[in-house]
Amino acid sequence: MTQSIEQLRESEAYKSLISLRSKSKWSLAALMLVVYYGFILIIAFEPEIFATKVGDGHTSLGIVVGLGVILFSFLITGFYVRKANKVFEPLTHEIHKMAEGE
Amino acid sequence: MEGDTNLVAISMFALFVILTLGITYWSAKKMTGTKNFYSAGGNITGFQNGLAIAGDYMSAASFLGISGLVFAAGFDGLIYSIGFLVGWPIILLLIAEPLRNLGKYTFSDVACYRLRQKPTRILAACGTLATVALYLIAQMVGSGKLIQVLFGLDYMYAVIIVGTLMMIYVTFGGMIATTWVQIIKACLLLFGATLLAFLVLYNFNFSIEGLFGAAVDIHAKGGEIMAPGGLVSDPISAISLGLALMFGTAGLPHILMRFFTVPDAKEAHKSVFYATGFIGYFYILTFIIGFGAIAFLLANPDFLDESGKLIGGNNMAAIQLSEALGGDLMLGFISAVAFATILAVVSGLTLAGASAISHDLYANVFHGGAHDEKKELQISRISTIGLGIAAIILGIIFEKQNVAFMVGLAFAIAASANFPILFLSMYWKKLTTRGAVIGGSLGLLTAVVLVILGPIVWVDVLGNAEAIFPYKYPALFSMTVAFIGIWLFSVTDTSDDAIREQTAFENQYFRAQTGVGSEKSVSH
Repeated sequence: MTQSIEQLRESEAYKSLISLRSKSKWSLAALMLVVYYGFILIIAFEPEIFATKVGDGHTSLGIVVGLGVILFSFLITGFYVRKANKVFEPLTHEIHKMAEGE
Repeated sequence: MEGDTNLVAISMFALFVILTLGITYWSAKKMTGTKNFYSAGGNITGFQNGLAIAGDYMSAASFLGISGLVFAAGFDGLIYSIGFLVGWPIILLLIAEPLRNLGKYTFSDVACYRLRQKPTRILAACGTLATVALYLIAQMVGSGKLIQVLFGLDYMYAVIIVGTLMMIYVTFGGMIATTWVQIIKACLLLFGATLLAFLVLYNFNFSIEGLFGAAVDIHAKGGEIMAPGGLVSDPISAISLGLALMFGTAGLPHILMRFFTVPDAKEAHKSVFYATGFIGYFYILTFIIGFGAIAFLLANPDFLDESGKLIGGNNMAAIQLSEALGGDLMLGFISAVAFATILAVVSGLTLAGASAISHDLYANVFHGGAHDEKKELQISRISTIGLGIAAIILGIIFEKQNVAFMVGLAFAIAASANFPILFLSMYWKKLTTRGAVIGGSLGLLTAVVLVILGPIVWVDVLGNAEAIFPYKYPALFSMTVAFIGIWLFSVTDTSDDAIREQTAFENQYFRAQTGVGSEKSVSH
């Protein structure tokens, strides 16, 4: 039997989808903001930190951290997409099946 | 190379044009309804869309501009690249899924899901058109100048060629052609930039340290190019620029529109993952190219004028480097890629602008959603041609103007009007039409006024001695105004409409999160 949106909203699948996904969504977003604004605030307030040399050569800490932020952005999207496919997608599928009344 | 006709460049570009016109012809046969025109029928895969998004985002301005910035200031160029990239995880986490699940063709669909159609659509369409127009003018002027240098073609002809080709792609091929033009261009650009970075590193036996060392030895600023410099000097500017880049990305209408070309939220996720990878990789390449340009060009008088500056300006760094490392062949290839890039980006922008006119304004505001698909398709084509002609004319008018502020302003408007409305409509129950419209308009106006009163327009363009508003980037202020405005005029709204809109939130949230009832792709 097809279920109404109101019924579906009360279902276990929906409730756990929302609570699980909200947790990872908002915490990852917060992490991204902290990393990025940490980077920006160091540039704004303590730029000398980034001028520090890494090792004996010319490579500065700023360049290492900067490339790190790029890599981090990519990894965070990969991490979330993996989790979405493994955990959230099956729950969403379940809700769709209930909505279609299968 | 100034003004010379480069045969390699012209033949490669001609090849690109023939190929893309072929695609347009193939797509035109499928242009039977608005769904194919606006969203390619929702049949693009996540991987393809990832490439197309990357293509939309990696404009000639970012290829030439960022490598030019690294060439001029070293590390500071990286600040921009990172700012342009970090918006993507945010789009993935907070925007992509609800956007795909609630919308049909434009981001206004999402904003209007429970708010009143007319006022909300008008504002969203204004936000879209303002962003698109500024971006478009900046790209047109940039392309005219670039083509003038690269192909030895008159500025006016260059602008007309770009405008005409873009009108053909969009009018006949709609989103299908625009997407494939974008995908081909993204591959060409990624390949070209990889090759260029490879040649740079090859010359240093793949030692990054060797490249940095050579650059530090030769650059006038010496070791300072490895550390933050004067680009972002005060904390307010740093934070404000960061906000504009991060949240502006999440409010760019031509980018948001791409999420409706995939069949479902799952593919939308995938497309952001691929796009972030491609864009991040591309920015690392531009960084290497910028440093390579320092190492190879500053030592070679062939590429410098009498005062020791790069011929054609810093934005020519990547182009000049290609000649230095790969001769005429490489120069021709990179020039053709830059031209293709411009063409693809202006097409995406024009399509977004045309959709705001035909889907948002014509179909939903003036005709209250009453559906006559044929007529709507016709209007979107007329809008495309109108926008194309306007872009050509404005491109010619602005030839001698300083348009550097325009992309920055486009990002500021996207971050201060489009993004707050979109974001709050998805997540904040208490949002009402009144709040969204007043707050969003205030954000838009604040961004425009502060850019005009700031150093970039008030001093650099209008020639006044001192700026009234001291900061280059308004986003910190205009976003604050927008969010406070939306909040204040929503919570004080006790009308019947407001109560209805707030009650509708729960069901909207359900659809946004699960995709139950969302727009399906069409089968061919």
